[in-house]
Amino acid sequence: MSTSIRTQTIVIEPVTRVEGHGKVTIQVDEQRRVRQARLHIVEFRGFERFIQGRPFWEVPVLVQRLCGICPVSHHLAAAKAMDLIVGAPHLTPTAEKMRRLMHYGQMLQSHALHFFHLCSPDFLFGFDADPAVRNIIGVAKRFPELAVQGVMLRKYGQEVIKATAGKKIHGTGAIPGGVNKNLSIAERDALLKDLDQIMTWSEGALALARDITLKHLDELAGFGSFESNHLSLVRGDGAMDFYHGNLCAIDAKGRPIFDQVDYQRYLDYIAEEVRPWSYMKFPFIRSLGPETGWYRVGPLARVNLCRFIPTPNAETARKEFFEATGGRPNNMTMAYHWARMIELLHAAEVIRDLLHDPDLQGTDLVVRGERRAEAVGLIEAPRGTLVHHYVVNERDQVVRCNLIVSTTNNNTPMNRAVERVAEQYLNGVEITEGLLNRIEVAIRAYDPCLSCATHALGQMPLIVEIVGPDGAVLARRTRDA
Amino acid sequence: MSETIGFTIDGRPVRARPGQTILEAADAAGIYIPRLCAHRELHPFGACRVCTVKVNGRPQAACTMPAAEGMVVESNTPELTEHRRRLIEMLFVEGNHYCMFCEKSGNCELQALAYRFGITAPRYPYLFPNRDVDASHPDVLLDRNRCVLCARCVRASQQLDGKNVFQFVGRGANKTLWVNAERELADTNLDVRDRAVDVCPVGCILRKRQGYTIPIGRRRYDHEPIGSDIERAGAARGA
Repeated sequence: MSTSIRTQTIVIEPVTRVEGHGKVTIQVDEQRRVRQARLHIVEFRGFERFIQGRPFWEVPVLVQRLCGICPVSHHLAAAKAMDLIVGAPHLTPTAEKMRRLMHYGQMLQSHALHFFHLCSPDFLFGFDADPAVRNIIGVAKRFPELAVQGVMLRKYGQEVIKATAGKKIHGTGAIPGGVNKNLSIAERDALLKDLDQIMTWSEGALALARDITLKHLDELAGFGSFESNHLSLVRGDGAMDFYHGNLCAIDAKGRPIFDQVDYQRYLDYIAEEVRPWSYMKFPFIRSLGPETGWYRVGPLARVNLCRFIPTPNAETARKEFFEATGGRPNNMTMAYHWARMIELLHAAEVIRDLLHDPDLQGTDLVVRGERRAEAVGLIEAPRGTLVHHYVVNERDQVVRCNLIVSTTNNNTPMNRAVERVAEQYLNGVEITEGLLNRIEVAIRAYDPCLSCATHALGQMPLIVEIVGPDGAVLARRTRDA
Repeated sequence: MSETIGFTIDGRPVRARPGQTILEAADAAGIYIPRLCAHRELHPFGACRVCTVKVNGRPQAACTMPAAEGMVVESNTPELTEHRRRLIEMLFVEGNHYCMFCEKSGNCELQALAYRFGITAPRYPYLFPNRDVDASHPDVLLDRNRCVLCARCVRASQQLDGKNVFQFVGRGANKTLWVNAERELADTNLDVRDRAVDVCPVGCILRKRQGYTIPIGRRRYDHEPIGSDIERAGAARGA
């Protein structure tokens, strides 16, 4: 490690536990006060361009290659769009429930991965703990039972995905208009065997997230926090639903901005702004404009937005969550973890209910109807609202595509979180270990998939730069793999 | 038995009917010789050379070479296996083969050969050719990115369908599968039920809107390597 101002670079070398490649710049004024903080995303994917010309039925399998952590989200969002392209707005009960099972299995594995592998070291050891200890290996040594639970919860979610999509990663279960398989009795029974254990561990994970948040509420409430709008898919009756529903948005106080909007018209409500310093676009709610129309998505937004959670234990947890804020929407960045574990429990409950549903053994798998040329598929991915929008020509080829991935929706909130942490913890222009840790913790709360691509855990550096009013780099620090 | 021809493959005695190729006789005897362009219903063509064997010490395509009395054929040797492996690798780098999202995955003979030979990545540089997709036909997609120039479709259209839908144009590295029409596939008399559509070993000629309907686990090569059917039949006969 070395430290310097102006021309030298500070390099630190433990892992970051940020998925993707991120760079943070913090701009300070003459008095060394934070003027602006930016999280730069400098990876470029190009999926929207290179699927042009490909046949539409190939898209759900092709686009899921965007990601290795939650490919099911892309698979299903694209499949939902292609359902409409082939004229199948309503699937058979077997097809819809198979897809739901796949999706909730993914929610379980992705949330478990984030909480146990990426976030728990911060919670269990504290933000200032030695990075050499504050990692998943450290958790495995000090809290072996917890580490095993994390691995096994994730494994179970992956097994659910395998049973529904044929493979744990990058399967083929959803096809335009339905699915290509049902759930055999043998597959169902194999999943039922471990279900009680999964329910118990999910309850335990939720309790851990809740207890730590409430215990350190004084410190966490203001940490990287700010008021924001919230956006998510909500079922028609107001229930939490990760697979299907209508678009809803509220402001920081819980007042509706729009309610139960058909997501085929998402472009009437959401616009995207391009800024020169990031490959990631900045979406905002049209009626509010880019300055105030940005919003949060993901677990916090979903728990804030739904009127109830349609499974009993998760609903009890939701009520408890709201008690912490006196019934108002929660705008704490660090409350994402608690909300995420409420969703983990909900996913486990939904999986349990689906596994007992005989519709999953049905044989009516695909419906087709009148072709359409354009369609939107929208889904609540683990990290938030995911939009896939396609135009298909009369030759069955994709001619246009727009993707708004979950982390893109959280772009401005992540920048705000970094800015808040910098305001709170930057002293002068020195990038201290404490500042670096806290910036990472704030970004991590959003569970960002920075490029929705490179998930090689621990191989992606986080770079933080302090930039003076004249644009000169005053300090730079890199945390590398 | 007096009218049959006797020869050996890797030291095993094999009998062939007059006019049978080495490949046909090997199949009948339960010995799998890897191949790509050869197809039971089509006349031999000798395009891919994956079936190359040594006949009395000289390399020959097993799919075109008639069996002859007393031949000594070598097939499953380290030298020939390496030769086949390199041919398959070259086929991969010559086109744009993205197995990870190709709908033919699990049913693709090129992919299955790669798995059988344990090829995880080619040793040659990818050429990334710029090739056209012809989606003009209402029911059939022609994705030239995946064409291996096996000529199965060319032959099937002529020999089985009584048509002449496909043809090659260009020479050498520029050789390309084309259609016998002014512009594109829709201008031909190809029907989706034609055998020419079925025989493609890779994901080049596809029935539209059918991709991924067979779940992973139930595809042709999900559970056993390509050629297992021939070897199994041979084993059942005590070959």
